[in-house]
Amino acid sequence: MELLLQQVLAGLANGAIYALMALAVVMIYQAIDHLNFAQGEMATFSAFIAWQLIAWDQPYWLAFAVAVIASFVGGIVIERILFRPIHNAPILSQLVAFIALFSILNSTDGEIWNFTIKTFPTPFGREPLFGSRLISTHEAGMIGVTLVILGLLYLFFRGSRLGLAMRAAAANPDSARLVGIRVGWMIALGWGMSSAIGAVAGMLIAPVVYLEPNMMLGVLLYGFTGAVLGGMTSPGGAVAGGFIVGVIENLAGTFIPYFGRELKLTIALVLITAVLLVRPSGLFGRAVVSRV
Amino acid sequence: MMLEVEGLDAFYGEQQALFGVGFGLDEGRVRTLLGANGAGKTTVLRALCGMVRRGGDVRFDGKRISGWATEDIVRLGIAHVPDGRGTFLRVTVEENLQLGAMTRRDRAGIAADIEQVYGHFPRLKERRGQQAGTLSGGEQQMLAVGRALMLRPRLMLLDEPSFGLAPLVVEELFATLRELNSAMGVAMLIVEQNAALALELAEHAYLLETGRIVMDGPSSVIGADESIRRSYLGY
Repeated sequence: MELLLQQVLAGLANGAIYALMALAVVMIYQAIDHLNFAQGEMATFSAFIAWQLIAWDQPYWLAFAVAVIASFVGGIVIERILFRPIHNAPILSQLVAFIALFSILNSTDGEIWNFTIKTFPTPFGREPLFGSRLISTHEAGMIGVTLVILGLLYLFFRGSRLGLAMRAAAANPDSARLVGIRVGWMIALGWGMSSAIGAVAGMLIAPVVYLEPNMMLGVLLYGFTGAVLGGMTSPGGAVAGGFIVGVIENLAGTFIPYFGRELKLTIALVLITAVLLVRPSGLFGRAVVSRV
Repeated sequence: MMLEVEGLDAFYGEQQALFGVGFGLDEGRVRTLLGANGAGKTTVLRALCGMVRRGGDVRFDGKRISGWATEDIVRLGIAHVPDGRGTFLRVTVEENLQLGAMTRRDRAGIAADIEQVYGHFPRLKERRGQQAGTLSGGEQQMLAVGRALMLRPRLMLLDEPSFGLAPLVVEELFATLRELNSAMGVAMLIVEQNAALALELAEHAYLLETGRIVMDGPSSVIGADESIRRSYLGY
């Protein structure tokens, strides 16, 4: 029983990171209807920025803040320079651009910081939480940060004019222009926010998986799974999906003997396939109600 | 003249849809564009708002706006109520109205204007918290007009406001449009298939055929001419 509880909690902790990546993926998907395959590499690059600042003896939270802000700006710049000019291009061209971004960032990481793994500090410490062996303070911190970000996003999208404008621009770009919303900038803002969320995910997972250019490969796959499971149209669903994927991954890895550590990644792919077959809109994706 | 249009061309891809369309509209006046299906009426409105590729000259208050982006044209106070109504289906009625005021900064004025729209359309007030997608066709059209009003427009471009509505609802809507025009001095350019209705509201009419204006005149003259009515207006 304690093993089960422990594995569920560890699953939630990993799931928090998947949830953040799912959230980042959904933010861009909402704006441009495409999956950002480079989301993980963008997050890794952000984590490297923070690592570099910390290596230069800057305090953790300063490095954290600089990385988040730089990622926000970087996300906007990537949209403006790379994706804005091709936004009407066929889907394959866009796909190639995503792959290009992926390998540019991946190689740049390797070129600047090389491919050896690096330790990354955690601001939450690694002690057992409240003296319990079930979950560490860092794991609890990952879960807490994810929930806080989700809450902030909810307030932003439901309660602010800018959030309303972004929702309108994503749902109906033509009509949004007709009420004077600058749709192009709303999309860029979505990229910026997505990139910033990814940066947080990267910096939180780096202490667990160690920092290196390929650290987000598996994580992003789980993030995609979370997003598909929760529904690509629902930020809250994406977070829930991420947590669910984390728990399933951990439980299957522990309790299904044959899976073990080696086949854990397969679970993500099985889940994606299953969801697409059974319920393509995801667990929390809404069908639009409309009357003509 | 508030709106001056000269030699307006419009294109869908390679296909030219408008050929040298010219007309004008004074402050506070109502004019209508009539013509059969596919004549280019909707395209004229879309070209004015920069929603299709266009050439020629469009001036608003003497400013040449024919190269401007849609969102900048809107900021001049030109509100387009598109066909199909352009409602944001997944947000509430009230959020739709707030979106209409997206270019404005005056919170108090926006709140007052929302109440004013509810005054014109009490049905919308009853449904303020409902997802716009659940409204009936007539209610959605009211919402589209209400959203346009939130811009405090000087010019409204109305694309087939009567489309798909029951006759009683249409009457009510046109009565409201007339009231808005006389009380608030909003100029209107109305595209309609229901020519009789549009001619009643507008003082001047233009007839479009295959992307060209073939005739124009005071509504009373256009409406009274038997041969025009039969060949262009179909009633």
